[in-house]
Amino acid sequence: MLELIVISTLNGILFGMLLFLMASGLTVIFSMLGVLNFAHASFYMLGAFFGFQISRWFGFWPALLIAPLLAGAIGAAVERFGLRPVHRNGHVAELLFTFGLAFAIEEVVQIIWGKSPVDFRIPPSLDFPAFTIFSTNYPAYKMFMLVVSIAIFVTLLVALKKTRIGLIVQAALTHPHMVAHLGHNVGRIFMMVFGAGTALAAIAGVIAGPALVTQSNMAGLLGPILFVVVVVGGLGSLPGAFAASLLIGLVQTFAVSMNGSLAGAFGPLTPAYASTWLADIWGVTIAQIAPIIPYVLLVLILIFRPMGLLGTRET
Amino acid sequence: MSEIAKTVAPPLPTAAEKLRFYGIWATSLLLLLLLPNIFSSGAALTTFCLIGISIIFSLSYNILLGQTGMLSFGHAVYYGLGGFLVIHAINIIGANKLPIPLPVIPLIGGLTGLSFAALLGWVSTKRSGTAFAMISLGVAELIASSALILRTFFGGEAGISANRTRLFKLLDLSFGPQIQIYYLVAAWTLIAVLAMYALTRTPLGRVCNAVRDNPERVQFVGYNPHVVRYLAFCFSGFFAGIAGALAAINFEIANSAYLGAQQSGTVLFATYIGGIGFFVGPILGAIFVTILSLGLSDLTQVWQLYFGLIFISVVLFAPGGITGVLMMHRPLLKAGTLQKVLPSYLIALVPTLAMIAGLVLAIETIVHYTVNPGDDSHIKAFGIGFDAASPFVWAISVILPIGGYLVARKTWTWVADAWGEATSLAENKGVAS
Repeated sequence: MLELIVISTLNGILFGMLLFLMASGLTVIFSMLGVLNFAHASFYMLGAFFGFQISRWFGFWPALLIAPLLAGAIGAAVERFGLRPVHRNGHVAELLFTFGLAFAIEEVVQIIWGKSPVDFRIPPSLDFPAFTIFSTNYPAYKMFMLVVSIAIFVTLLVALKKTRIGLIVQAALTHPHMVAHLGHNVGRIFMMVFGAGTALAAIAGVIAGPALVTQSNMAGLLGPILFVVVVVGGLGSLPGAFAASLLIGLVQTFAVSMNGSLAGAFGPLTPAYASTWLADIWGVTIAQIAPIIPYVLLVLILIFRPMGLLGTRET
Repeated sequence: MSEIAKTVAPPLPTAAEKLRFYGIWATSLLLLLLLPNIFSSGAALTTFCLIGISIIFSLSYNILLGQTGMLSFGHAVYYGLGGFLVIHAINIIGANKLPIPLPVIPLIGGLTGLSFAALLGWVSTKRSGTAFAMISLGVAELIASSALILRTFFGGEAGISANRTRLFKLLDLSFGPQIQIYYLVAAWTLIAVLAMYALTRTPLGRVCNAVRDNPERVQFVGYNPHVVRYLAFCFSGFFAGIAGALAAINFEIANSAYLGAQQSGTVLFATYIGGIGFFVGPILGAIFVTILSLGLSDLTQVWQLYFGLIFISVVLFAPGGITGVLMMHRPLLKAGTLQKVLPSYLIALVPTLAMIAGLVLAIETIVHYTVNPGDDSHIKAFGIGFDAASPFVWAISVILPIGGYLVARKTWTWVADAWGEATSLAENKGVAS
């Protein structure tokens, strides 16, 4: 039992940090442009596939650097040549543009790499057990993922709070006109932040690719969960996104490892009708309903706290 | 008539306007009756059925997006649930030999859509805009994932099926042949379109438009935007349920794909490509997208990519959709200055088409090398054969898009100039744009 708790906590924090790598970019882009980037998870997928391809040619470490830069450049181009012209048609048009983009990116990835999972392997230098707890080997690669995501999180925090660039970005979020009057190119700041946000998602993709499955449907699977994170945390709130990422990461990891069901809990007390028309609900295990838990959480949050966990206002 | 009504109410329609209004509906009725006589093949009938279903679904979606300003990513939930309930209803009615004929069955789907919209809508419609979009996505994922867990009701991956011919027979109609299903779908399409059109003319429809444009002001006038959005959501769910029911009757099966993100995406594409600003927009969009998705899949392997690219180009260049572009020309047509624009269109069309042709060639060549590299390099796309291995084709597929883009950019500025000239002429003639 203790073993399960320790391992699940580690995995949950790891998944949560990965989610936050993506949710942070999404949140900053949302507070800046006022639009949720539907294609954000697609950049995570692009990161994973670029990482796979580059690690085949040059090895994993160059891939870790080049793939996010490449995806970030694509992201910046999307902002400059796609989102900015659409901006004058309103937020709905922007959201629809990113929706279409997500659709197109998935198709392109399917064309280039096919529909089945690609063989993206953990680099040999990290392919060993880091430590053993309760007779379970914990892989070093997972520790590496954890370290990378925490390092990026800290760097981001310091860069945003302590450096001059961070100050300008923060100012541009709330007072873009004032920042422009002070002589900064706000358009370029927006483009850079969009690029940086998508690059963060791509980093998550490169490091998650070997551990999870690198497949053309990975954006479609993760995208909705990402939006749940952002809404549950509170739209536009970075600390909220952090809390929600960890919450959802932990909840999902724990749910997957639990096997309980109503039938198991009540045992012989099971009423007769439970085995006929209620059989599905009665017999389903917590592990089986793990995929829908984030969405249940979303609906609950919307009923009881519509502004999200740490959100300040109802948008 | 009171004093205020005399001054505020619009004038009663003249006889000519009335004639035109009823003429349009009568023509539609006639067209629906005659269509199977003109195109009588099985494939054509199936296509018409799909188009009819898609029209109802897209129009119901436009109650949300176009008329109330709510962008939903999960509209297929109400479509799918309507379909599932109808399949179960057909099975139950058939087993118990209840005296309920097939033509009224879509009402069950509609009521299902309505009740689920009423249930889920209150939470979803609290806010509009981005928050509503995200919530609709979350709710859709919740229902779609639950459908795979609740196997008894939703039938898991395979879905559940029914036999529509075993119902109580009215007037000896068995509803086995596709032609009878066509008339069923056509009748329901006409009824639903008429009802949804009528809805836009009611005070509720008008308040919906007001909520879309300025919710704060609506609040000052004394309406609650949340309630208005909720009502619009319920109506939309009702008609989506009817569409789902007709789809279930048509295919005699309902599976989890009915509820999924793909279905929600398709209806969004159809509605937006058709144009959300006008009532006929989604109808055109539904026809266009259904024919496109049926036709393109025969012509090329990667039709979904083209589909996505068409959608992106509509969002980028024609946010009003097909109807938006067409309606832009109405004032010019009325003022008789349209011929000033047409030559520049023809000039701009050449490099634009060249660019598109080059892009298609490039995409097809790349697809050949990535998807099936081992095959013969003489490939066929859109009915035209070419050699993907020849350097000549490569050169064309590079030169045409880039060169076409550069020339097209220049010619479209001419179009803009001609357009400005024609509009100002039209304005001088007193036709408001």
